[in-house]
Amino acid sequence: MAFYLTKRAISLLMVLLGLAVMIFIIARIVPGDPARIALGPLATATQVEELRQEMGLNDPFYVQLWNYLSGLVQGDLGKSLLTSRPVMDDILQALPATFELVLVTIILQIVISIPLGVLAAYYRDSWVDNVTRIISLIGVVTPGFVLAIILQLLASYYFTFFPVAGRLSPSLDFQASITGLLLVDSMLAGRPDIFLDALRYIFLPALALAAAGIGQVMRITRSSMIDVGSRDFIEAARAYGIPERVVTLRYMLRVASVAPLTILGLEFASLIGNAFIVEFVFSWPGIASYGVRTILQKDLNAVIGVVLVSGVFFVIANLAIDVLLGIIDPRHRIRGEQSA
Amino acid sequence: MTSHSQFDDMRQQRTLTSRQMAWYRFSRNPSALVGSAIVISVFIAAIFAPYIAPSPQSAGAHVDFVNRHSPPSWEFLFGTDNVGRDIFSRVVYGYRVSLGLVLGVLGFAVPFGVVLGLAAGYFGGRTEFIIMRFTDIMLAIPPLAMALAITAVLSPNLINAMIAITLLWWTWHTRLIYRIVRAQMAEDYVEAAKVAGASHFHIMFRELLPNCVSAISVKISLDAGFVILFGAALSFLGLGVQPPTPDLGTMVSTGSEYLPEFWWEALMPGLAILYAILGFNLLGDGLRDMMDVEL
Repeated sequence: MAFYLTKRAISLLMVLLGLAVMIFIIARIVPGDPARIALGPLATATQVEELRQEMGLNDPFYVQLWNYLSGLVQGDLGKSLLTSRPVMDDILQALPATFELVLVTIILQIVISIPLGVLAAYYRDSWVDNVTRIISLIGVVTPGFVLAIILQLLASYYFTFFPVAGRLSPSLDFQASITGLLLVDSMLAGRPDIFLDALRYIFLPALALAAAGIGQVMRITRSSMIDVGSRDFIEAARAYGIPERVVTLRYMLRVASVAPLTILGLEFASLIGNAFIVEFVFSWPGIASYGVRTILQKDLNAVIGVVLVSGVFFVIANLAIDVLLGIIDPRHRIRGEQSA
Repeated sequence: MTSHSQFDDMRQQRTLTSRQMAWYRFSRNPSALVGSAIVISVFIAAIFAPYIAPSPQSAGAHVDFVNRHSPPSWEFLFGTDNVGRDIFSRVVYGYRVSLGLVLGVLGFAVPFGVVLGLAAGYFGGRTEFIIMRFTDIMLAIPPLAMALAITAVLSPNLINAMIAITLLWWTWHTRLIYRIVRAQMAEDYVEAAKVAGASHFHIMFRELLPNCVSAISVKISLDAGFVILFGAALSFLGLGVQPPTPDLGTMVSTGSEYLPEFWWEALMPGLAILYAILGFNLLGDGLRDMMDVEL
């Protein structure tokens, strides 16, 4: 296991390095002068020159790349032109809100889609199966922002209990200072009222974000359960007279959960992408809102930082899933150790 | 005599051409049927937009203040927007933009991704290492974030949105083709072609590629829906097609400013996007079942 983890960690570092270099190159080869873009067409040539000097744009390319990479290692992403603060500080401030949203989304995806997928497989070809098939299709084909708007519409007419913007009622004064996650910190501080209020706010954005993944994971769970259900060891368990319910939940689900977990990892990239939209619609003060704001202002350092951080997010999530799979299914771990 | 002709009938039934067989399986597949009906209707709307749209002038910067914010009715099927333009007409024209985006993106991304996947799977070794690691890195970039960054820096318009999406889209095709080719490399026909002295080019494009075609076509159908979604998401954030060009994402975004009273202004274009994506998805799923490919 230790060897496996080391190997994975090294390949993770490789991917991250490649990602950083690539994003840097893309940001530098785009036509136009970043300093000019940042200052706008009205700035004078001297102002542009000063900013170029300050941003190090006059140095040779390899010096810029080196400075950028060595800055990255120390957690320095440069200064944001929009807020004139270090990009890292801005991102760290916005990150907990996004992290909380993504976490709740994934929990929603797992608790909704896996049981429904199991049900669909258990009652295969019945009306239960057909209903879940339609739910999953709707989830997959509905664009995140369309769903977000439909949810907002429903909330403003029928479910006024759910707020459509923000993270917490303005009347409640609470600083999430321990982990930055409102749901966790409110419990640690012994404030269930804050917890419930935060839950009310996070529900709709998380649901809008979860829909696409729910559809996919549900289908994969179903087909994986059906696939596992015909294997010899399951037939053997049935032949021993173990009740079908127990066979399904204790024996099949463990093996069948490998495929949906893999999909959850791959879905993560589109999850982060969709978070941009959903945070924007629900005015959620996370990294994606920050990203959209800085992109509209052409704040290049901040944009690079946001893309890089979301890439890191994705890579780490996949590593975590890989490790989890290794625990659930030892064959996965062994394959990973054997392949070069 | 009669028994003889019955035998002839049976023989004739058994020798269905492969095209007849494909049509038979297609017509028995509800998902493929509904999907292709939707896709065809979207194409018809896009191609014949000037004849279908009841008010073609609504596609541009037309203003009709008398009828602004009219709810859906027989006159205005999907209602009108904040300056009185017919939303149904704009949706019909909007499909032109969406399908144009699909053709532009997939026209570049698919050949590029397929060739890289073929090369990585066929040559193996260092070629494989470089191509696949590069693909892995590109896959680690959240596509929407990257596309946002590119369009923002390059100034937002349809062509740049197309470039941004294309730059990230090929990776999935590379992965898919790579996996298929790796599995095919162990087959006898590849070995036979090698022994017969076929060129690399011949083996890659004449022997291996035909075995990837069904997977590619399923992937393209599923992709088309997601490219539409992607383009709509970009313009929803104001980074894609610029007004007054009727784009579905932009229409949702403008319409959402008038929620919840004038709900149709955001909802109708939103449902129109959903309809197109649903069509391509059903078609892709149906084709997948029919051709029995795994993606």
